[in-house]
Amino acid sequence: MDLQTWTWILVGITFALYIGIAIYSRAGSTKEFYVAGGSVSPLANGLATAADWMSAASFISMAGIISFNGYDGSVYLMGWTGGYVLLALLLAPYLRKFGKFTVPDFIGDRYYSNVARSVAVVCALLVSFTYVAGQMRGVGLVFSRFLEVDINTGVIIGMIIVLFYAVLGGMKGITYTQVAQYCVLIFAFMVPAIFISIQMTGNPIPQLGFGGVDADGIYLLDKLDGLHRELGFAEYTSGSKSTLDVFFITAALMAGTAGLPHVIVRFFTVKKVSDARKSAGWALLFIAILFTTAPAIAVFARTNMIETVSNKDYDKLPEWFGNWEETGLISFNDKNKDGKVQYLADKSKNELTIDRDIMVLANPEIARLPNWVIALVAAGGLAAALSTAAGLLLVISASVSHDLIKKMIKPDISEKGELVAARLSAIAAVCVAGYFGINPPDFVAATVALAFGLAAASFFPAIILGIFHKKMNKEGAIAGMIVGILLMLFYMLKFKFDWFGGGTKEDWWLGISPEGFGTMAMIANFVVSIIISKFTPDPPEEVQEIVENIRIPSGVGEAVSH
Amino acid sequence: MEKNAHRVYWKTNLKYLAILLSIWFIVSFLFGIILVDELNTIRLGGFKLGFWFAQQGSIYVFVILILVYIRLMNKLDKKHNLDN
Repeated sequence: MDLQTWTWILVGITFALYIGIAIYSRAGSTKEFYVAGGSVSPLANGLATAADWMSAASFISMAGIISFNGYDGSVYLMGWTGGYVLLALLLAPYLRKFGKFTVPDFIGDRYYSNVARSVAVVCALLVSFTYVAGQMRGVGLVFSRFLEVDINTGVIIGMIIVLFYAVLGGMKGITYTQVAQYCVLIFAFMVPAIFISIQMTGNPIPQLGFGGVDADGIYLLDKLDGLHRELGFAEYTSGSKSTLDVFFITAALMAGTAGLPHVIVRFFTVKKVSDARKSAGWALLFIAILFTTAPAIAVFARTNMIETVSNKDYDKLPEWFGNWEETGLISFNDKNKDGKVQYLADKSKNELTIDRDIMVLANPEIARLPNWVIALVAAGGLAAALSTAAGLLLVISASVSHDLIKKMIKPDISEKGELVAARLSAIAAVCVAGYFGINPPDFVAATVALAFGLAAASFFPAIILGIFHKKMNKEGAIAGMIVGILLMLFYMLKFKFDWFGGGTKEDWWLGISPEGFGTMAMIANFVVSIIISKFTPDPPEEVQEIVENIRIPSGVGEAVSH
Repeated sequence: MEKNAHRVYWKTNLKYLAILLSIWFIVSFLFGIILVDELNTIRLGGFKLGFWFAQQGSIYVFVILILVYIRLMNKLDKKHNLDN
């Protein structure tokens, strides 16, 4: 069977599965809509969290980024997994004990202030919208390459599917679809990796394979370092970023991971505190399977790609090269007119540009794997993008219907009314996300980094201090969040979008890139919060008692709205 | 009395956090970033050790850290009769 038929079949089956699950587990109450009724098992929640967390960025882009950046790509590997240690140890158990529906709920109640709640709502919306736009783009990319439909049609199909199960099922629906999506995406990620690992190193475990030897008995990584030196690139296993910047980016991604509302909210869906810890453990285990395989894929793909195209006749390149050229994601410009592909670090002589986003998608084709494997990767990419998009849309709709309408604008709204509001805001959010997917701002990649920086600079300190520093008061927390966010926004706008006079690499403060600046803004948040709280009144007695209470796991109530 | 027991529980929890988070820092920031060049002079099969910690080892340790924390806390909960 040809590739396109395979892709339609696999994508069709998985989509039908998601819709079936959504119909079966639709939400009947606000509690089911926001936190899946609070009775998800730790294992299911771990699976769902893993799917929720692993987005189009981790599935499609990450291995490609590592492939092109070598050691420098480690920031994503450590940053996006190390954050779960923070989540499991410092956040998840206490937030579960607190037992509310959303992150702004916690901030608003812990800091006894609707101002704090509003700041948190704004941050949650900002973070989630920037993130979701990238997911829709990923959906469009997969559709356009593998199903040869227009990117826009692809985005619209994706929107309808997400709309269907997020609006109908709420958290309950997306939790169980995410469980299915995890299975699809991990299978799709691992099958080609195992195939290629066997092909290149004879070892079926990719994690070991990329430290192994190739057919000539040379260590694969040494060979790749050699190829890089030959072509003028920095050695694969040593990076080109400064140590300080790598440190700051990793820290920002870790704290950002722990502060992302769509991840945190998943821990409200389990029954008790010990289950929250357990699901964080499961989640990281499931995530680690993909994250330890990605660097192996990166090495295989990079080696394969260089060996297949470098210094080869353009006319004799394999079919995949032409297919991807058509999408515009690979381009070849024969500068010296010798009919061969020169792939070099030197920009004036280099003739080949490859969009790093295609490495995972093209990898099975480059390795000449059977069509069904390639189709599987397409279905996996869609699962990754859709599951994350659904999680984010739920945060957006809960922020609007629960935090804004129920908690601030119209507290006497009925349960039914709130559920309708939640569904309507989910629909509106899908449409906005779809709009960005079809008309992607050219700063999508930049804004995803911004989402982490913002989460690190705003939520992370406010939540940590709220749990571990009993005397932290509303003045401190609000000032800290505002300073953190504004600082982060300022730095991003200045160095990514050329506002406020712009600036280049040389002007970075202490040489820290905008991606790593979230750490700096986070430190500023902590310092400002603590100093301000020293000079302003202590929080009321009952709030201090809440803090005492969330530190003790027993007597956990169901997640309630009051 | 109960307050006191809770204080002991919390203190123990903080001690666990301090130990586990130190390990978390050491395997990622120290081995994977700060000392990466030094460790890269040591080989682990086909891997340079620093590179391996940055792209593999730290992640395995993260998983183990959470599993250890779950075990420790479940025991602690039981000891203080806080598991329900």
